[in-house]
Amino acid sequence: MIDVQGLTKEYGRLRAVDNLSFRVEPGQVLGFLGPNGAGKTTTMRIVAGFLPATSGRVLVCGHDIETQSVAAKRRIGYLPEGAPSYPEMTPRSFLEFIAEARGIPAAKRRQRLDEVFALLHLERVLEQSIDTLSKGYRRRVGLAQAILHDPEVLLLDEPTDGLDPNQKHEVRELIGRMARDKIIVISTHLLEEVDAVCNRAIIIAHGKILADDTPRGLETRSRFHNAVSVKLATPEHLAAARRAINALSEVASTELDEKTQRLTAFPAPGKLPLAAINALAEKERWHLAELHLESGRMDEVFRSITGGAMA
Amino acid sequence: MSGVLAVFKRELRSYFATPIAYVFIVIFLIASGLCTFYFLGFYESGQADLQAFFYMHPWLYLFLVPALSMRLWAEERKSGSIELLMTLPLEMWQVVVGKFLAAWVFTGIALALTFPIWITVNYLGKPDNGVVFAAYVGSFLMAGAFLAVGACISAATKNQVIAFILSFITCFMLLAVGVQLVQQVMSAWAPQWLVDGLASLSFQTHFDFISKGVIDLRDIVYFALLIGACLYANAIVLQLKKAD
Repeated sequence: MIDVQGLTKEYGRLRAVDNLSFRVEPGQVLGFLGPNGAGKTTTMRIVAGFLPATSGRVLVCGHDIETQSVAAKRRIGYLPEGAPSYPEMTPRSFLEFIAEARGIPAAKRRQRLDEVFALLHLERVLEQSIDTLSKGYRRRVGLAQAILHDPEVLLLDEPTDGLDPNQKHEVRELIGRMARDKIIVISTHLLEEVDAVCNRAIIIAHGKILADDTPRGLETRSRFHNAVSVKLATPEHLAAARRAINALSEVASTELDEKTQRLTAFPAPGKLPLAAINALAEKERWHLAELHLESGRMDEVFRSITGGAMA
Repeated sequence: MSGVLAVFKRELRSYFATPIAYVFIVIFLIASGLCTFYFLGFYESGQADLQAFFYMHPWLYLFLVPALSMRLWAEERKSGSIELLMTLPLEMWQVVVGKFLAAWVFTGIALALTFPIWITVNYLGKPDNGVVFAAYVGSFLMAGAFLAVGACISAATKNQVIAFILSFITCFMLLAVGVQLVQQVMSAWAPQWLVDGLASLSFQTHFDFISKGVIDLRDIVYFALLIGACLYANAIVLQLKKAD
């Protein structure tokens, strides 16, 4: 378990992290979301034991990261922002160093290294120096370093930054596979990532927690949640259709996207307008090109939650 | 201890994975050779000893060791690998000592590669090999002291050029206060106790004693204390400014 209690970090007069408290249990994949400069990386660095906190404390599996740092760090696998490593080394020698520094017994080292090489598809580049590798490979070397000792806690700071869509998918699969019995904290500003791998999301801005929910739960906060978008095959009927939809008791308001000619109907509080709109369309014999139930838009929630804080 | 060893091995390997090692060794060998044979008249002196060779060591180290030590921490800081290193389950002292030992052993390798000059002098005459051995030990200890000063300064900055210049100046002062010429100039205005006090803090003074063949415990303790104090300061500086 990670237990963060009243964590505050000040740089001079700037308060980067402001009295942050949360707990993460095994099996949780926590997405740490926030605009750039929100304090995500600072928080990760404190939890990983790189930076000392100004006040508050962090317990990792019961060990205080400051007073019992070695015991706590043993349980953590950490991918720092930008996946730094030693550019002149090869992935093999770099990971051998990590294995040795992490105290993986020499007898098991060989086997564990081979497992991790295979897991992250590093076999092809093992003898090449890291500075000649592509960004994607470098990131994977960083991930390999983090999971090498099979830690109970994984802290990944922007694990898919700079990867192409295939690589992103692969890394997310990997995280998904490891998720069952581990505690995983991912900091990211990619909302799709939270959707894809996390079962809990914390949104922070200015070092404060603004929302702590499941990705689903966050989506229900969106005004798009349960909204219905409609596109007519016959655009000349659009104005009439809009009036009719607006008149429905289930609909609070409608919005028209001029570019796509897509009409979005927002639900009245507690109502589900989909059935009513569908019935209306049948009755009026509209030719629908699209009828679509919105589940809620994460980016919109994110903007509305952090928007006030950014001003 | 295994933590120190892991850091030590990685670091030492890294020297040889980059051109740093080869450039350093070649320049050290050429410069020490040139000084000995060309400027200080190894042959002309007609004596079978290595005084001329060791005489130049403090001044060679003054240029070369800060070039080696400047990257010790400044580079880790710049590339961000310090974050990786400091989140491994290692104590701070293990990392500091491991890195220092790697750099020290590396200068030891460069120093050991000057062995042809020792063979030459044995071929030409009958030197006192005890004195030669003592001077090698003294030179190695002095290199360690230069390195420890440089490592501590490197920990304070991200910029390798600044690390080089500050290490150079600090080491230069630590050398100069032990040079007779400087002492004479200083005694014109400074009280004698200050001149002597500063001289006793100088690398030069202690190295001079050892290189004459006198391995005095006090000189060894001096170098050991200096290295220890610098490494301790190194750890504190890192703790304070890890992320800057």
